[in-house]
Amino acid sequence: MTDIPAPPRNTRLLQILQQVGLGLMTLAITLLGLLLVTFVIARVVPIDPVLSIVGERATEAQIQAVRDRLGLDLPMWQQFFIYVRDALTGDLGQSIRTGADISSEIARYFPATLELATLGTIFGTLVGVPAGVLAATRPGSIADQIVRVVGLMGYSMPVFWLGLIGLLVFYGQLDWVAGPGRLDPTYDMMMEFTLTSYTGMILIDSALNGAWDVFANAVSHIILPAGLLGYVSMAYISRMTRSFMMNELGQEYITTARVKGMPEWRVIWVHAMKNVMVPLITVIALSYAYLLEGSVLTETIFAWPGLGSYITDALFAADMPAVLGGTVVVGVVFVTLNMLSDMIYRLVDPRART
Amino acid sequence: MTTLRAWLQDPSPTSRRQARLGQLWLAWLRIRRNRLAMAGLVIVGILLLVAALAPWIAPHDPFVQDLGNRLKPPGTPGQWLGTDDFGRDILSRIMYGARITLYIIALVAVTAPVLGLLVGTISGYFGGWVDAVLMRLTDIFLAFPRLILALALVAVLGPGIENAVLAIALTAWPPYARVARAETLTIRSSDYIAAVRLQGAGAPRIILGHVVPMCLPSVIIRVTLDMAGVILIAAGLGFLGLGVQPPQPEWGLMISSGRKFLFEQWWVATMPGLAIFIVSLGFNLLGDGLRDVLDPKSAPK
Amino acid sequence: MTLLDVRNLRVTFDTETGPVEAVRGVSFSLGRERLGIVGESGSGKTMTGRAVLRLIRPPGRIEADAMLFDGQDLMRASDREMRALRGKRIGMVMQDPKYSLNPVMTVGDQLTEGLRRRDGLGRRDAEAKALAALEAVQIRDPQRVMEAFPHELSGGMGQRVMIAMMLIPEPDLLIADEPTSALDVTVQAEVLSILDRLVRERGMGLIFISHDLRLVARFCDRVLVMYKGKVVEELEARHLLEAKHPYTRGLLDCLPRIGGPRGPLPALDRSGAWAQ
Repeated sequence: MTDIPAPPRNTRLLQILQQVGLGLMTLAITLLGLLLVTFVIARVVPIDPVLSIVGERATEAQIQAVRDRLGLDLPMWQQFFIYVRDALTGDLGQSIRTGADISSEIARYFPATLELATLGTIFGTLVGVPAGVLAATRPGSIADQIVRVVGLMGYSMPVFWLGLIGLLVFYGQLDWVAGPGRLDPTYDMMMEFTLTSYTGMILIDSALNGAWDVFANAVSHIILPAGLLGYVSMAYISRMTRSFMMNELGQEYITTARVKGMPEWRVIWVHAMKNVMVPLITVIALSYAYLLEGSVLTETIFAWPGLGSYITDALFAADMPAVLGGTVVVGVVFVTLNMLSDMIYRLVDPRART
Repeated sequence: MTTLRAWLQDPSPTSRRQARLGQLWLAWLRIRRNRLAMAGLVIVGILLLVAALAPWIAPHDPFVQDLGNRLKPPGTPGQWLGTDDFGRDILSRIMYGARITLYIIALVAVTAPVLGLLVGTISGYFGGWVDAVLMRLTDIFLAFPRLILALALVAVLGPGIENAVLAIALTAWPPYARVARAETLTIRSSDYIAAVRLQGAGAPRIILGHVVPMCLPSVIIRVTLDMAGVILIAAGLGFLGLGVQPPQPEWGLMISSGRKFLFEQWWVATMPGLAIFIVSLGFNLLGDGLRDVLDPKSAPK
Repeated sequence: MTLLDVRNLRVTFDTETGPVEAVRGVSFSLGRERLGIVGESGSGKTMTGRAVLRLIRPPGRIEADAMLFDGQDLMRASDREMRALRGKRIGMVMQDPKYSLNPVMTVGDQLTEGLRRRDGLGRRDAEAKALAALEAVQIRDPQRVMEAFPHELSGGMGQRVMIAMMLIPEPDLLIADEPTSALDVTVQAEVLSILDRLVRERGMGLIFISHDLRLVARFCDRVLVMYKGKVVEELEARHLLEAKHPYTRGLLDCLPRIGGPRGPLPALDRSGAWAQ
């Protein structure tokens, strides 16, 4: 008689550790590649980094001093090594525009982006998954057509234009929501001077402080941009959910569940959904990354002081170190998200573990 | 006409050309039944027509300013979509903008897939460490935020239409490499490749003459599906002022110039956005339909 | 006593190119006995089995003059009534355990699901019953199998789990749809004998769907021979080898025999009036 080859628990743990190790290796290589690309971009940039620091009328000695400090006379590979070492210790250089440390500047801007993109992804998932399931269980129905067309429309809209139209309609015409910015100026002052900042995310901080009037004001500001981002992410998530769910519902184990007399909701939401979850995790992570990236376009429209605004402002001020620093940070978040979704995928799918 | 159809539908074709055309004819019959795909085809067709005929059908010159006529609302006789802040006719500018959009799409469509095809087929054909290195590289590029990387590239290269295209192409090739590699892996081990190799053909000849043509269909479907995304990124770069420069009537740029009067003169920003939306929807619908028809793997059972 | 009485069953699929009839007016009845349904692929035998459970998905349609199970007309039963019958009183074992078990749920969860959700048993009781069921299908280390995922089981193990799962609620009728064709030949006999013993012991009705004539002849009491969605012949299993119908004869003649003539096996002649 056959014995099952199921490994005992401790080897399974070992396997998971192995997976994590492999994931970290991939992460390291990818990050190195990212830094190489930004390094190359920084070296071919036609703006002289020395001139922008010391100014036009610097003496020869001053220029040389800065050249030495930046290590510009070292061989390229050494410069790259220093660049990587600095980046690893969190040093992304100084902003030309403000002279401040880029890492600490980004740390100040990033929570706003994170708050917006997270809320958008939550909206997108909460609406997109049920919509996709609804469409998949009634293929060809009116509901299916609506989900499909609404999804394709979300795919096709320039997100910055959608933001402008949203402002025009919901703020300009209907006055249902507050306008650009994260808070009204009065609340902004309050936030700045009287409340403790824990995370930099206003919704969380104001709630932790018990400042519910600030919270309400923040909600009225974030609801429109988060809703629009949610729509974009919903378009993607509902489409993918539909196709995954259709595929699962055609499988034989679904018939087994029905033969067992399980009610239809359980067949769909437990039996099929557990399988749909596996690829869906990657999709949700991708859409989250996409929203973070899209912040470059949306944040300028909503005057949202996040990473996207930081990068675009730096771009117009020809502040290349800041632009590249922002690029590195978004890249790191991207790669980390990829790795995380890959790891969760392995945890959710028992087949990927062995 | 009927003899042509009979020739196309002949179940036992007598030449390779007849067989191939017959396949295309069948695909066309299938796509004609797909209403959404046909809508997409019509939109793309209109885009092509408008771009080709812009100088003849546009009611006004897209560049001539008429400050006495600025910010006229839509519905004004002679200027049905209104005018912008320099008094230029928005409809005419959108028509000329179709040329720019098409130009960008065409440039990206002939650069990114070619690069991807080369990387993918070489990687798949040789395998081993070549494959490992090239695919690692592809993964690295795939893991990058496309828009932001394009942004950084344009920031370095300087704004302008060619640089924007270059930036988009440099960030758009990895998916094609993936597709081409997957196809190559199945083709590589087939008997006819072995036959060609036995005749003494070298790797470049096999890759260019036998592997690449087999990869083309799936890459072309991918290109159609990606065009909508390219339009959106190009418009985004234009909107940020990093793509096409004023006074060119690029749609993203037009939206950005309309931002200042969003609440008073809404049409200046809205109209070009509608154009982007419709064209990108057209490509999405067409690509979706093409995939259903041409790719049996994703066709509904 | 009649357990199942099917009269004039039709299964139709509405496709783009018009309706396709998979089952065309099949009638049969079944007591607490073992009924075999044989036929080549596409003869409608699988669809007949699934139609009894009303598990044909759109665009498929089921029609029948009557389909009486224990006196209740399945054609008129509500969805709720059907669900109460499925699993509890009619079970089905499918062809390939690789596809018919949920890949991301443990065997234990799938075995106890019916007991816990449908019968409202507690976790401990359900697990005890599931373990007993696994032992009944001769699985040696049931505790470990309970914790395993389907992909960690061999084909024979998977099919035993499937049989255990369907037999837990002690149904009156079991439909076995090619239960051994996806398995290795060596395992086939084992699985069959387990199925045979359990069906005999518990006195349930069995519909055994297969393309394997000899297997059916050995294993069943009565046999329906199907072709193109119709029953072309019905006979006692032990008389199968003396079948009169040209189609059944044709099928039998296609089988190689040890010690038989060495020439090429004859192809099936489909020119008779029955082949319409």
